[in-house]
Amino acid sequence: MAGSSWLPRWFYQLASPRWCYDFTGKLLPGFLIAAILLLIAGVVWALAFAPPDYQQGNSFRIMYLHVPSAILAQSCYMLMAVAGAVGLIWKIKVADMVAYVCAPIGASIAVMALATGAIWGKPTWGSWWVWDARLTSMLILLFLYMGVMALYAAMDNESMAAKAASVLSLVGLVNIPIIKYSVEWWNTLHQPATFTLTEKPAMPVEMWLPLLVMVVGFYCFFSVSLMLRLRNEIIRRERRSGWVRELIASK
Amino acid sequence: MAELCTNSAEISLGKLFSAVLKRDLLLSFRRKSDLVNPLIFFVMVATLFPLGVSPEPNFLADVAPGVVWVAALLATLLSLDGIFRSDYEDGTLEQVILSPQPLMVVCLAKVMAHWMTTGLPLALMSPLLGVMLFLPASAMFGMVLSLLIGTLVLSLIGAIGAGLTVGLKRGGVLISLLVLPLYIPVLIFGSGAVQAAVAGLPLEGYLALLGAMLALGIVLAPFAISASVRISVSG
Repeated sequence: MAGSSWLPRWFYQLASPRWCYDFTGKLLPGFLIAAILLLIAGVVWALAFAPPDYQQGNSFRIMYLHVPSAILAQSCYMLMAVAGAVGLIWKIKVADMVAYVCAPIGASIAVMALATGAIWGKPTWGSWWVWDARLTSMLILLFLYMGVMALYAAMDNESMAAKAASVLSLVGLVNIPIIKYSVEWWNTLHQPATFTLTEKPAMPVEMWLPLLVMVVGFYCFFSVSLMLRLRNEIIRRERRSGWVRELIASK
Repeated sequence: MAELCTNSAEISLGKLFSAVLKRDLLLSFRRKSDLVNPLIFFVMVATLFPLGVSPEPNFLADVAPGVVWVAALLATLLSLDGIFRSDYEDGTLEQVILSPQPLMVVCLAKVMAHWMTTGLPLALMSPLLGVMLFLPASAMFGMVLSLLIGTLVLSLIGAIGAGLTVGLKRGGVLISLLVLPLYIPVLIFGSGAVQAAVAGLPLEGYLALLGAMLALGIVLAPFAISASVRISVSG
């Protein structure tokens, strides 16, 4: 590993399942506390203290669940594809496991984004579902997650399933820019992005700060569920190795 | 395949491509049912709509672009499993992977052969469906052209799914699950082109988008196809 000495030691050690298990075990409590605090603070702030929208009244408040879940569903797909690519190129077992555990989490977050969008759409647009570019591309994202999960389910050989699913998730990556820009390319019902990193938001500070808290809280929550599933998967796949047997025997 | 595997070092990429293409076309012409079945399916799906929804000519003319495109998409989907299946089962695919020739070129030739035996006849036969569904004559040209470009994109994307599932005994439903989400943009712009042609609007924009997808597909899909075939065969 002479060539990668510029990488911090903890980073490439993550490739070892055992080390990754210990490392995530140390990170987990911190992320769990951060997720709980941020989500409680964000929900209370967003639902009770943020000012109502001048047009939509209080119904806009579902945005505080909808926007973070929509952002997260896409991030999770990117993570799945990147982890899959890492597993495909460097044949790292832990990366395969990360990609594997991403799919069900991402699918459920995509369902949440679609469901909260539908609940918001009923009072605002007057219908649960519109065949709008962004809604449809989000639905396609859910289908892509389901395809990846179906592929994992269909293959018994774990390493082969990981490679196949990685190829599929990399191919599906073309959908991410389509979702991102769908609102700008097609002038449809859905409003443009609520948040950008580079520009000042159009909303007043009292409205977007709780949203920011919720987004960070969602990412923390996602990290917690990812690590929990990952640790579970490490134990399951490494069940024959000595350290797992010792771990189980000691508990 | 004999001439493919012997003088391996000297064979040029163009020769390799045309040899594989010729072989696959010959094989599918010897099994006529594989050639005709997608076409019959194409016509039968289109027949279901007047019977199942409404035989009203005005209504049919409205939905015709979408119906023809969905039928073409499903017919392509149905024939996908055959791209690599028989070669996988008799071991030819393994030999191709072992040979020093680039797998990507072989895969591209096989996709081309698949398109020439399904997409091309589908596109040429689509005016018949257009007449059955009361599509105005002015839209026929746009329909054929959009299908010609679009079905090739469908074959390219579909071959990725076919490669991923060729190692599985029952890949049929799984292929649709994997490939259909990726087909949606092609469907949108393909049927959009026909709708524009019906309305008398310019359809160059739609065709240009389909062409862009085709260009992207020809460049990138062979990587994914050959990777997926390699995974399926080695696993």
